[in-house]
Amino acid sequence: MSEILLKEITKRYDKLIAVNDLNMKIQDNEFLVLLGPSGCGKTTTLRCISGLEIPDEGRIYIDGDDVTTKRASQRDIAFVFQLYALYPHMNVYSNIAFPLVTQGVSKQKIKEEVDRAVKILRIEHILKKRPKELAGGDQQRVALGRALVRRPKAFLLDEPIGTLDAKFREEMRSELKKLHVDVGATTVYVTHDQTEAMSMGDRIAIMNLGVLQQIGTPKEVYRNPNNLFVANFIGSPGMNFVKCRVFKKQDKVFINVLSVSQSVEVSGKSEKILTEKGYIDKEVILGVRPEDVLMSLAEKQDYITSKVYVLESTGSYNIIDVVLDSSEKIRVRTLSTVNPAVNQKVFLNFDMDRATIFDPETEEAIR
Amino acid sequence: MADVKLNSITKTFGDITAVDDMKLEVRDKEFFVLLGPTGAGKTTTLRMISGLEKQDKGDIFLDGENVNDLGPALRDVAFVFQYYTLYPTFTVKQNLEFPLKSRMRNVPQDEIDKRVSEVAKVLNIDKLLDRSTLNLSGGEMQRVAIGRAIVRTPRVFLMDEPLSNLDAKLREEMRVELARIHLELEETFIYVTHDQIEAMTMADRIAVMNEGKILQIGSPEDIYERPACVFVAKFVGSPSINTFDAVIDEDKLVIGERDMICCLSKQQCKSLDKLDENKIVFGIRPEDVEVTREKKDDNSIQGEVYFSQSMGAEDILNLSISKDLLLRAIAPPKTLIKTGEKVFININMERAHLFDIATKNRIKC
Repeated sequence: MSEILLKEITKRYDKLIAVNDLNMKIQDNEFLVLLGPSGCGKTTTLRCISGLEIPDEGRIYIDGDDVTTKRASQRDIAFVFQLYALYPHMNVYSNIAFPLVTQGVSKQKIKEEVDRAVKILRIEHILKKRPKELAGGDQQRVALGRALVRRPKAFLLDEPIGTLDAKFREEMRSELKKLHVDVGATTVYVTHDQTEAMSMGDRIAIMNLGVLQQIGTPKEVYRNPNNLFVANFIGSPGMNFVKCRVFKKQDKVFINVLSVSQSVEVSGKSEKILTEKGYIDKEVILGVRPEDVLMSLAEKQDYITSKVYVLESTGSYNIIDVVLDSSEKIRVRTLSTVNPAVNQKVFLNFDMDRATIFDPETEEAIR
Repeated sequence: MADVKLNSITKTFGDITAVDDMKLEVRDKEFFVLLGPTGAGKTTTLRMISGLEKQDKGDIFLDGENVNDLGPALRDVAFVFQYYTLYPTFTVKQNLEFPLKSRMRNVPQDEIDKRVSEVAKVLNIDKLLDRSTLNLSGGEMQRVAIGRAIVRTPRVFLMDEPLSNLDAKLREEMRVELARIHLELEETFIYVTHDQIEAMTMADRIAVMNEGKILQIGSPEDIYERPACVFVAKFVGSPSINTFDAVIDEDKLVIGERDMICCLSKQQCKSLDKLDENKIVFGIRPEDVEVTREKKDDNSIQGEVYFSQSMGAEDILNLSISKDLLLRAIAPPKTLIKTGEKVFININMERAHLFDIATKNRIKC
């Protein structure tokens, strides 16, 4: 069992609270991603787990052992840094073997372990090369190999692919995910890139200003964000937020898009929640993802008028930025065959079943 | 009028040929993107257009004028670097007006003020004019850098990966703003990036480069729908296109140990008849692969879901047909298909891409 438990972890640097009362359980064999913007506390959290930092408050348990005050070298975890830090004077084989050599493992066993790691990472062909002769991706694999051979209780990775080319990052994301599927092992991965988090994590822990905002599977945090921050941070392009007022007319519930004074009917679960939680005649923030905005090129009843601002075509789908009369912007995701011209009028409605409604003061989702 | 023409441009650095006999024409007012991996030669090309680098062979024309012997200052181009390089001791306003204050230009101060104010407004930085550049966020700094280029109304804007240092979220926003600025300014933009989504979403035309050479020039649609070679097909589109070596067996393509068999259309068979080889490279994009629980038709291929990635608006299913035969398919997020499930894979052969196995070039069908 290689479960990692963080209890009430707080870490301060002078007056700055880098990590604030963090409680989190990372399950055995889980690939957990710590996600958030620069300065949110994710790297500090990782460093506390590794032992490179000692928290000011709280306890850390790895596999049931309280390791809070244990040195990094005694924690049986492997840390893969952003810039690999390979030993430049050793070839690939020696780099990977090094952790075992220092442990005094037999030559025979070392060869077995290195062979295993090298096979998994598909780098058999570069064993004799030196780091400086390798492409970025291969260096990455060697760094991972050096971590793999130690068969640690957990792998900690700190934005390991951030500096690579976009295409390459995509390949490595798949490789890392596949590696985890094949090999298992508890992994904690830090990134600011939500695409990385979504494509690799079993669960994602989103942090902001030292505080854990939400932890859940990619589907959970995407479909049911707890607050505006999570809703905005997850998803590319981001969620649309529209200020609205809820009102009732003839037994039906509507939301009025304040800036353009046009209304959309609310039904189903949203209607129930708004009524039950007492939001009739109150202001709310409507959150709708681009793929849940319905767009019509022809005028349609109850649809909101808007104008095309920019059309972005990715090849497999389009993102159309539209401007409401008020200059409020909304992003719509469509098939790649939908190609209105810039400044063309288009008409919008929202899939209210898939929308999330937020309280404008607390910024929390109304559930 | 500000078109840019490169005629047989070559640049070497010692043993390395950074740019190899390049021919390129950028049209006036176009948003032209140089796209390729690190080391492709795109930044070198941009630097040669600006005059920061001198080519070893060939000619560069700006607006019909041969500018080979003109230094960067006289070429009247504006360069936006990857690392903003704002003047740290100046305010935003001072940064923006600096290019106009050059003695070479002799622009009166009230005109400078007017221009700075216009530009600041377009870029949404008009409230930051008196701010020190040390107190700006990444996005704000980037806008000032772009603003400093715009004030001069140069012939051409050259941008070298201007968004790569920004957080993913900010990059998304800035892409839209840049596309919009280009529409409003109606000027020629030449933009370098390694990120295909930037190229696809902003460009009028893209030149895909690798190892100093241009592999294809076309609109985003051309490049995506009709990639000229395997490299281009793999470079553009996310998730990447699936590619396989395939054997032609009459009217079918056979991949692996007959684990995967795809039926060719009459048109495809006709085009393949002309080949000497009986092998090709077969490509199919993940969005053209449909995964079903039940067999859809005789062409359905059996496979298993190796693992799935939930991207939010879509799911990526990583499928294995055999131990060595893997491919990716896109499924809607409502899909209930899970890891480990045995499924049927249906390939839309109308959307197949066929490439010559030796040259890796597109086989036209």
